[in-house]
Amino acid sequence: MNKLAEHNGPTLEIEKLSFSFFTRLREIPAVMDFSVAVQPGEAVGLVGESGCGKSTVALGVMQDLGKNGRIVGGSIKFKGRDLAEMSAEELRDVRGNEIAMIYQEPMASLNPAMKIGRQLMEVPMIHEGVSEQEARSRALEVVTDVRLPDPERMLNSYPHQLSGGQQQRIVIAMALMSKPALLILDEPTTALDVTVEAAVVELVRDLGKKYGTSMLFISHNLGLILETCDRVCVMYSGEAVERGSIADVFDDMQHPYTQALFRSIPLPSADKNAHPLVAIPGNFPLPHERPPGCNFGPRCDYFEAGRCDSGQIPMADVAGNDRHATRCVKFQEIDWNAPIEIGEQKEKTEPGKVVLKIENLKKYYEVAANALFGGGAKKVVKANETLSFEARESETLAIVGESGCGKSTFAKVLMGLETATEGQILLDGQNIEQTAIEARDTRTISDVQMVFQNPFDTLNPSMTVGRQIIRALEIFDVGTSDQERQQRMLELLDLVNLPRAFAERMPRQLSGGQKQRVGIARAFSGGARIVVADEPVSALDVSVQAAVTDLLMEIQRKEKTTLLFISHDLSIVRYLSDRVMVMYLGHVVELGSTDQVFAPPYHPYTEALHSAVPIADTSIVKEHIVLEGDIPSAMDPPSGCPFQTRCRWKNEVPGGLCDSEVPPVRQREAGHQIKCHLSDEVLQRMSPVIKMAAE
Amino acid sequence: MDPLSWTGQIAFLTPLLTLVFGLLGLSVLSWIVLNAVLPENRAINSAGGSLSLSSGPRDIASLAVKLCFLAATLLIFSYLVLGLILGTQAGIIGAMARQFLPVWIALVLLFTLSIAFKRRLGLYGKLFDSPIGMIGFALVMFWVFTGVFGAFDMIVTHDDPLAQISGLKNKVPGTPLRSPGEGDFQWYLLGGDNLARDVFSRTVKGAWEVVKIAPLATLFAFMVGITLGLPAGYFGGRLDTLLSFLANLILAFPVILLFYLLVTPEIVQTGLPQYMAIVLFSFPLIFFAVLINSRFRTQPSKNYLWLAIVLLPLLMLYLLVVNDPGSKVDFLTKTIDIIDIPGGILVVFVSVVFVNSPTVFRIVRGLAMDIKTRDYVAAAQTRGERPWYIMLWEVLPNARGPLIVDFCLRIGYTTILLGTLGFFGLGLPPESPDWGSTINEGRKLLMIYLHPALPPAIALLSMVLGLNLLADGLREESLKD
Amino acid sequence: MGLFILSRSGVMLLTALCLTFIVFTLTNLAPNLEKLAKTQGNFRMSDEAVASWLDNNGYAQPTVVKYGQWLGVLPGWTRSTDEGMTGRCMTGVVSASEAANAARFCGILQGDWGHSTVLQKDVASVVSERLGNTMRLMGWVLLLMIPSALIIGVLAGMREGSVTDRSLSTVSILTTATPEYVSGVVFIAIFTSSTVGLKWFKGSATAATDNPTFENFFLPVLTIALYGLGYIARMTRASMTEVMTAQYIRTARLKGVSFPKIVLKHALRNALIAPFTVIMLQLPWLLNGVVIVETLFNYKGFGWILVQAAGNNDIELLLAISVVSVFVVLVTQLISDIGYVYLNPRIRIS
Repeated sequence: MNKLAEHNGPTLEIEKLSFSFFTRLREIPAVMDFSVAVQPGEAVGLVGESGCGKSTVALGVMQDLGKNGRIVGGSIKFKGRDLAEMSAEELRDVRGNEIAMIYQEPMASLNPAMKIGRQLMEVPMIHEGVSEQEARSRALEVVTDVRLPDPERMLNSYPHQLSGGQQQRIVIAMALMSKPALLILDEPTTALDVTVEAAVVELVRDLGKKYGTSMLFISHNLGLILETCDRVCVMYSGEAVERGSIADVFDDMQHPYTQALFRSIPLPSADKNAHPLVAIPGNFPLPHERPPGCNFGPRCDYFEAGRCDSGQIPMADVAGNDRHATRCVKFQEIDWNAPIEIGEQKEKTEPGKVVLKIENLKKYYEVAANALFGGGAKKVVKANETLSFEARESETLAIVGESGCGKSTFAKVLMGLETATEGQILLDGQNIEQTAIEARDTRTISDVQMVFQNPFDTLNPSMTVGRQIIRALEIFDVGTSDQERQQRMLELLDLVNLPRAFAERMPRQLSGGQKQRVGIARAFSGGARIVVADEPVSALDVSVQAAVTDLLMEIQRKEKTTLLFISHDLSIVRYLSDRVMVMYLGHVVELGSTDQVFAPPYHPYTEALHSAVPIADTSIVKEHIVLEGDIPSAMDPPSGCPFQTRCRWKNEVPGGLCDSEVPPVRQREAGHQIKCHLSDEVLQRMSPVIKMAAE
Repeated sequence: MDPLSWTGQIAFLTPLLTLVFGLLGLSVLSWIVLNAVLPENRAINSAGGSLSLSSGPRDIASLAVKLCFLAATLLIFSYLVLGLILGTQAGIIGAMARQFLPVWIALVLLFTLSIAFKRRLGLYGKLFDSPIGMIGFALVMFWVFTGVFGAFDMIVTHDDPLAQISGLKNKVPGTPLRSPGEGDFQWYLLGGDNLARDVFSRTVKGAWEVVKIAPLATLFAFMVGITLGLPAGYFGGRLDTLLSFLANLILAFPVILLFYLLVTPEIVQTGLPQYMAIVLFSFPLIFFAVLINSRFRTQPSKNYLWLAIVLLPLLMLYLLVVNDPGSKVDFLTKTIDIIDIPGGILVVFVSVVFVNSPTVFRIVRGLAMDIKTRDYVAAAQTRGERPWYIMLWEVLPNARGPLIVDFCLRIGYTTILLGTLGFFGLGLPPESPDWGSTINEGRKLLMIYLHPALPPAIALLSMVLGLNLLADGLREESLKD
Repeated sequence: MGLFILSRSGVMLLTALCLTFIVFTLTNLAPNLEKLAKTQGNFRMSDEAVASWLDNNGYAQPTVVKYGQWLGVLPGWTRSTDEGMTGRCMTGVVSASEAANAARFCGILQGDWGHSTVLQKDVASVVSERLGNTMRLMGWVLLLMIPSALIIGVLAGMREGSVTDRSLSTVSILTTATPEYVSGVVFIAIFTSSTVGLKWFKGSATAATDNPTFENFFLPVLTIALYGLGYIARMTRASMTEVMTAQYIRTARLKGVSFPKIVLKHALRNALIAPFTVIMLQLPWLLNGVVIVETLFNYKGFGWILVQAAGNNDIELLLAISVVSVFVVLVTQLISDIGYVYLNPRIRIS
């Protein structure tokens, strides 16, 4: 009922669209001269770094730019009708009915005080005026479609009773309730864990096919775009710089930014010594400080003064390819197949003596069962279960796992913010597991330091950068006078490649990557020998990630630091680590050198993790493994093997051993260990998850 | 001498003002009605992207409101300017405008300087970007200047707020003195009160009572609230339970009952307010000692130097304030004890601090609980900082936004509390010119004589309104970062 | 939930005990007792006479003992003189046999609230009568204040920065800046004054205790309601604007829900969670307003006797008043906690 008439043309056609936001001071152009078309049943990806305007495009399509945002040029046509010319009532009929949207934060986009069922039923009741019974039966159907267990119960629950993955499925269900012609997905999986993300992505892809919906998929992750979309549009600083089919853009790119982007992400072919990543120099321009001519000009390797920095640069079609266009004046002159100028190749550093040794470390918490009302039985949460490993000088040990795996708890125990329940941590042969941070001597504290995840939170917003580093120097007893410390602080800024003038700046004047560099400088201010880096780059943009990662590697090489790199991103782990430890619900399920962990035999969880990580390389073929369900809560772990609820190899183990017993740690060749009941033959049978297509 | 009329020679402005106010009221009303009735229009753009100035009824109404408002402001301004020029010839308004001359000069100076340098003045400078904040600030500063200059007898017409002049009991505004002495001001501008005292001078003097107590009392309440709230929020656990219980205990007390119990002459006799002062006034000392010590812990020589520079004067001041000859707390010899706070004021001060600090405590506690989860706090912990450094140097500076806003609101609230005390005749001496007491006296004859009670009521209202607007402006501007 | 209420009631009891003990101590300080003796006896009493009067009337005992007797957990004091027995649980001088029959305990636990020295009446009857008057006043205040505050807050908050928002916010700021003794005075001046006023209402509400009419009762109600109104309206507005910028409201909007439905179905419930707590915690503050307004309009209610009792150090009446007001405060806190849990499904279900 009351859907727009069928239309023989693209579902969505955006032409030469420009948006601006108007502030008291000036007009800030958010998107300029943007064109894209989405054909019926097609999935188009919109990729770019934060601030490039991709979410603004989505909101523009929904005509929901707020009070300050305005379309200043171009048109958005949906099924041939210009959305900007619709009245408020017509627009309401389109929203939710013809165009639906899925957001980044599933929890925030569901009404916390309304039952899920009601929120779903609302859609057909508004748009099609159906009765409550009918709406409910439809809701039930769609909830079944998004593969949620026990749909009846789901409809009767409130959003907070569901896990993140389930919430996102509900949001997807809500979007599909009225079988829209166009689905806009704005970073739909960013807030989810990798294995959950994989399942959601698969679901979106399948449902798109089933319902014949066109999709506009917005993401910063090239790998995800590759897995979900037919076509892609790359955006940079408010402009589309390249668009075309996946194959064309990924393998036959015609814009320097696209190329630089691919060179800065850790693909399986990259290697920190032989093929280091190439970071994009410079910074993303602020919207009101864009350069004349090509926005990417100042950061581009092929920049030519006079041509690239004058006048508007239009989109130009690439001859021979299917609807492939690029915004580069020089694309026909550039030799796109020239080999990468390999940066300085670095010697592989040999790990030195053991500096840190963890033996059977356990950390249990006691939690009141009912947090609000107090009392009740105490529950024991086993955050870390018998951790044992050692780390050597100049070695990078990656700790991989999803939320709730206990990696952060381990970091806390190591730093002395918590004390261990059992086992020992030996730093240079001395026990520190029971020494809280207050009781540690300055040397120990400055030896073990940490780099934090969120760059926007890692620096005190009301203290200058210099002051914060000097404070760390004071605490670590570095230098004897204020002058000496001042000097040392400036040297530290040099070390992390920041201009010395930054010492006087406040953190809010710095970009995310720069803040993270200050965080690194602060961590190394006392000559740290062990640095725990807790997802140091995951909150940064792709092009900045490479630079910060490189910086860490470089300092490590110089200072012979032991780096404990906590991450959930296997691509980056493969790129930079020497050894990998995989954790799941407090248990170490696999430990070994990078080569051992990235090749079969795997622990079943590692295997799924490999498959879940999206890789932006068309020549890679992945085995498709989707884990069912969510990660169990650490408050209420499954019996036996922690992974048994989601394991696809479980029926290969006889006698239900997985349900009843925690598997033993199995030593395999040369320090490779796996915590699994699977027999050796079964493990041998495993095939590699990631293969090059050519092989 | 003839009695003064309200406007004197500038009476011709009054019908104009009435007209403009009438129009303003009408236009505001139609503006509201039109906005409520007409549907929200969707900005539909022409292809060229330029937005034409639409001239719908909505825009006309909003234009009318702006024009009327401008006209009203101009008119009021001309009352003031003409009054300044004509003085008493422009009636009571003219005379008052001229009496307030020092305040006008100070306000103009302050605003010119502040607006000229607003980019360099941080949050204070940003205040001048917000019209609401500016209006609020102007109101507050008006009373601050009035209070300060009034204390130096610069604005008042009759220096002694207690002086009674015969024949002026309950006389209406503008009544001339019967037999003015040489150099005396010849009228009671706002009339005389029940005891034949000048209402205008008493209201001006009353401003000083507020200006000297309210901000300082609020500051002390913040010191207490911060020093206790930070550890409660940061450590949590038993300490938090205990402190929160105590705070709730005080909050559960009806304020007036508490005042009645604390602020009586009998209680002053027992020395209780002084004991409370000993405890409450020690918090600034503790605060600064911990602040400095945590900052320079690693550099002992600097540490002692700073501690000495800051703490010695503070300690001196503390002892002088707490000590009161002839009372239960009297340990300094008379020659040293140069500062003497009257018992009435001290007890008022102490009880206002006492009543305000639990609320500040709760706010600070909440902020501390929020901020302690940030990564920069974790970073400080992992480099082995002591808890007090983290609380005072990492948490507190980042809680300053909400605290500054609350500080302004709380001064307003304290002003209201002081008025309440005056209204019930508690604490301050009965003849004190503070606004609350004056309202209390005036209300008894309110059915017949309005003029003694209204000026202090309006003064108090405008000052608290100013503080509220100031807080709103600050909140708005601090959120814009 | 039951456990929660139980533990809260425990804390409540503890708070009530602490507070009454503080009041008890403050009212029983030596200068206060001396004043009491002089007002009850005569003003020219010598120090010895004061001491013996206090001794004879049981005030000379240690404070803790007196407090225990007042509570009814310690036996009331008795004293034999030449003329017979006197005691806490006896009226006047009685014979030894009558004294033996008198109750041993007579504190509030036994339902004996004591005797008011100012009004010369039984405390229990005074308090219950006056409390009734005040309840009537409060009832009307709440009826006027809460709906209008919520409506103003919601209307202002649903479109931040709009005309409605700006005009309503100005009104609410103005009312928060006007304490009761200012607005009361202004209202009396405008509406009741016999010289220049409009003479719409009566400036005194004394008659309203027996016969409340619009004319004599509206001004006191309005005066109290206005001061609280602004605060609640601003809280509601803040909460409403926050909710209106929440992502789930955008979700609803992009689902095609119309604006009135967004406000009513999606925003309202979430927006009212925060103000609910504020309203409940505001109730005890209304007590201040009640005291001021009852004094200003001469309405003989609970606030009026509070002023009387406090001004004359009427110990037992003051204690009864503080018990009642502390009880009100704590019960509202309890209701606020329970209501918050009830309104907020996030807490209710976990």
